[in-house]
Amino acid sequence: MRYEAPETVKGAVKLLAGAKGRARVLAGGTDLLVQMHSGMAEPDLVVDIKRIAGLRTIKKEAGGFRIGAAVPSAVMGEHAGVKKAWPGVVEAAGLIGSTQIQGRATIVGNLCNASPAADSVPAMVAAGAKARIVGPKKRRDVPVEKVVSGPGKTALGRGEFVESIFLPKRKARSGDAYLRFIPRTEMDIAAASVGVSLTLDRKGVCTAARVVLGAVGPRVILVTAAAKALIGTSLDKAALEKLAAACSAAARPIDDKRGTIEFRKHVVGVLARRAALIARDRAKGK
Amino acid sequence: MSEIHVSTKINGDAFEYLCDAEESLLDVLRDRLGLTGTKEGCGTGDCGACSITLDGRLVCSCLVLGAEAEGREIETIEGMADGDDLHVLQKKFLEHAALQCGVCTPGFLIAAKSLLEANPDPSETEVRYWLAGNLCRCTGYDKIVRAVLDAATEMRKA
Repeated sequence: MRYEAPETVKGAVKLLAGAKGRARVLAGGTDLLVQMHSGMAEPDLVVDIKRIAGLRTIKKEAGGFRIGAAVPSAVMGEHAGVKKAWPGVVEAAGLIGSTQIQGRATIVGNLCNASPAADSVPAMVAAGAKARIVGPKKRRDVPVEKVVSGPGKTALGRGEFVESIFLPKRKARSGDAYLRFIPRTEMDIAAASVGVSLTLDRKGVCTAARVVLGAVGPRVILVTAAAKALIGTSLDKAALEKLAAACSAAARPIDDKRGTIEFRKHVVGVLARRAALIARDRAKGK
Repeated sequence: MSEIHVSTKINGDAFEYLCDAEESLLDVLRDRLGLTGTKEGCGTGDCGACSITLDGRLVCSCLVLGAEAEGREIETIEGMADGDDLHVLQKKFLEHAALQCGVCTPGFLIAAKSLLEANPDPSETEVRYWLAGNLCRCTGYDKIVRAVLDAATEMRKA
């Protein structure tokens, strides 16, 4: 195996595009190194992107935030601006592994590892986040939900990698939240999860919403019917019940040791209701 | 395969070593530099026995490549005591009998030190969550948590 740590994006693209054999991008390494230890991944080339200065920072941009691919979760959790604008995204990223893992793991890595149970992904999709992809061709921005094509698979082409995530400007009276169910209290992988982002008008009526399910399908599920259940309401009991029903109906989980299909379909509705109420309270500045 | 030359700083001292591209920093510390205080438990980032700090950030050294340490600053358990004077956390672990077999202890100490630097007055819940990535199969954690809280109290007085 060859290890390279280029200092520019261009250099990284050149290495990845020109690689003979299997090439992998190394950011936090909390998935890649585990896969290498177990023999699941045997790359011929590892390109460490942490030496690229522009990828290590969180920048304000057009009222939103651009988070570099080498920014660990712990740094996001210490960033007052991102925490204030997108608390749901920050708390989702903050649930990935232990303190030690937080010091290394990145949301771009969490996305590109393409686990159906990735915690930060439903929150990013709910936020309407965009991934900036670089490669041999022109840079392009794509919605985060378009990056993953299936479990362990991304839509990235040869020589391409995600350079940053853009979290857009927050409208007034908006809030987001992420909740997951795990069989333990910490250090576990989601059996079901929900990210909700919404905006209220002056009277507290929901004018826009995005509801996204994780760990209950091969990819995250953006549930339009669930968003519709909230829009035009003040999140009264009837709206929340409709929301939960829409989420349970949209979920396509599997049976495994962490939960049955029946349980996951039910619990995803419960989580959606609770996350929606947290997002509403945040939108109201509570 | 040619080895990679790395210059780094460990516990304040300059170090140079050669390592293979796929070699973990944990293996470099233990097998190449003889710094065997850092332990290997799982090798997959679940147990925290290999905890170190890298540029001040708590990480699992099994999930860092040796090659990544170029120009970085590393702190390991070997740098915790000042000569024969144990760090307050080390004293409190002894006082509270917060260890039995001792394999997890260096990781707990490094993680606890990093907690108290970030948060000198943690609640019991905060201690438990911060240390959730450090596994101990002997003590049942209670004595460890008490030792950390006691050390925090003493360090705040100092």
